Amino acid sequence: MAKIDKKIVEHIANLAHIPLKDKEKEDLATGFNKTLEVIDNLFSIDVLSVGPTYQVTGLENVLRNDEVNEKTTFSQENALKNTKRKHNGYFVVDQILEDD
Amino acid sequence: MKTNELTLKKAINLLEKKEISIDEVYNDTFAAIEAKNKELNIYLSIEKQALKKAKKQEDKPLRGLPIAVKDNFLTQDLPTTASSRVLDGFIPSYESTVTKKLSEAGGVTVGKTNMDAWAHGSSTETSDYGPTKNPRNPKYLPGGSSGGSAAAVAADLTIVAIGTETAGSIRQPASWCGVVGLKPTYGRVSRYGIVAMGSSLDSPGPLTKTVEDSAIMLNFMAGKDDLDGTTSQLPVLDYTKNLKKGVDGLKIGVCYIDHPQIKNKEVAESTKKAIKTFQSLGARVDMIPTSHNLEKDKVLSHEYAISVYTVVQRAEVASNLSRYDGIRYGADRNDFGKEAKNRILLGIFGLSNIIKKDELVYEHAQKVRSLYIDNFKQLFRDYDLLISPTSPSYALALGATSNDPMFGELQDMLVEPSSLAGICGISVPMAKDEKTNLYLGLNIMGDYWQEEKILQAAWAYEQVNKII
Repeated sequence: MAKIDKKIVEHIANLAHIPLKDKEKEDLATGFNKTLEVIDNLFSIDVLSVGPTYQVTGLENVLRNDEVNEKTTFSQENALKNTKRKHNGYFVVDQILEDD
Repeated sequence: MKTNELTLKKAINLLEKKEISIDEVYNDTFAAIEAKNKELNIYLSIEKQALKKAKKQEDKPLRGLPIAVKDNFLTQDLPTTASSRVLDGFIPSYESTVTKKLSEAGGVTVGKTNMDAWAHGSSTETSDYGPTKNPRNPKYLPGGSSGGSAAAVAADLTIVAIGTETAGSIRQPASWCGVVGLKPTYGRVSRYGIVAMGSSLDSPGPLTKTVEDSAIMLNFMAGKDDLDGTTSQLPVLDYTKNLKKGVDGLKIGVCYIDHPQIKNKEVAESTKKAIKTFQSLGARVDMIPTSHNLEKDKVLSHEYAISVYTVVQRAEVASNLSRYDGIRYGADRNDFGKEAKNRILLGIFGLSNIIKKDELVYEHAQKVRSLYIDNFKQLFRDYDLLISPTSPSYALALGATSNDPMFGELQDMLVEPSSLAGICGISVPMAKDEKTNLYLGLNIMGDYWQEEKILQAAWAYEQVNKII
C-alpha cells in the first residue's frame, strides 16, 4: 500500500476543505500510516466470491411521493435562526467568482 | 431511597398508585444533578422547564419521567452540539423522531448528555467540553461515545437515558458504567434528526438501570418512520409482554473468548460463569471457535471488523461532516477537533485510489462486511443467541485515549462485527470488581429483529446475576 506523506495529506485536506497547520499535517500523516498498518489485514482475507454490502437489512428503492411535507418545512425565520450572516432574509455566503 | 434512584418500571408504578409525585422525582433528580454534575460532567445542558413539561405528561405511559438524551439528538428546546465546538450554542429547527416519540409517550428530556465529539470515540474523553467521569469511580472513563448517557443512569441523574451506537457506543459505555444498554437492529429505530455519523450503522437505543426498562423504552422508540427510509415496516412488538419467558431450551453460542487477546483475561473467566448461569436456566451452550476465514460453525475473528469499521465509518463520516460549512448554522471547518479532522481525511483516503490503485479500499471493506453478515446468518440458523464479553476490559483510567488513534476500535472490538452486520445486541452487567467498583458487561446478540429474544435472555440472566 502507498505510504502517506505530508503532500498527500495536503491534497486530501484541500478536497475536504479542512484547514491544517504544518504540524497537524505531519501528525496526521504519521497517524494514517499507523492506521493503514492496522487495516492491512483486510487484504489477507478472501473476498473473491462476495459482493459489497452497503445496506444491511436489504431494503431497496424506498421512495416517497414528491410532495411538500408541511411537517418538515421550515419558516424562513426558523431556517435563518442559526446563521451568523444574513441579509434581507437570505444566507450570506463567501464570494466564489472573481470581479472582472 | 430517593425517587431519582428508581427504575423506570418502579417509578411508573408508584406514580400510577400516587405513592410518589412527579414533583418529588424532579426535586430529587435536580438535587442529584446539583450535587454531582460539576464533578462528573455528564450534562451539557439542562431543561429548566422539565417539571412544568412533566406536569402536562402525567396521563401518558411514561408519566412525565425524565430522560437523559445524548447531545446528538436534535432537540428544539435545548442546544445540540454533539459535543463539538462547531455546533456551540446551536438550537435545532426541528426535533428528532426518537425524542418526539418519547415525548408523545410522556417522557421529558431532562438534559443533554456529553459524548465524544461527533460520537467519534469510545471514552467520552474526546468531547470538546471535557471528559465525563465514570460515576462508579471518577478516576476512570465512562466509555463512549454515549458515555454521558450511561453515566447519567449509573449516577441516578435521570430515570433512563437514550444514546446512539455506531459500533459499541451504547453497549461499551453501558458495560463500563454498570448499566444496561440496548443496540437495536439497524432500521428498528429511526435515525431522523440525529447528527449523522456512520449512516449505514447508526442505531439509537436506550441505556437503563434494568433490562425491563430497556424493553419499555424500546416499545416507544421503535418503528417505521417516513422520514427515515431505512426504518423497517416490520411490526413493533410489546417487548415487555413475554419478557419473563426465560431461556429454557434455547441454544446459545459463545464467541471470541478463545481469541488470544481475550483468552487469559478476566472477561473470559466472567463469561464462563455466565455460561454456567445460562446452563442452569435450561439453555444449551456451545463454545464457537474463532476463525480467520469464513468457515461453517466458526465465528469470524473480530480483527477484520476493526479494519472494516475503520474504513467504512470514516468514509461515511467524511460524507456526513461535509455539510458543516458554517453558513446556515454552526462554526466553520476551522473548529473541527483533532479526531474529526483525522476521521474526515482518513475517510476520503478510503474513498480514493491513493491507497490502492486498482480498487477502492472502501469497496473492499464492504466485501469483508458481507463475510460478517454471511457468518452471522449461518450461525443464527443453528443458534438462538450469541454471547461474548462486551468490552475486553473494565473501564480504563482517565487519559487513556491520548495519542492512540485506534483506542476506540480496541475497546469496541467485540461488538464491531455485530454492528457491521446490523444485528441487535444488549449489554447487561456481568461482573463487578469490589476493589475499584467497576463493571464488566455481557453482550447478548440476536439475529435481525430479534430484540424480544435478547431482552428475554438478558432479563433471565439479570435476575440470577444480581450484582448492582
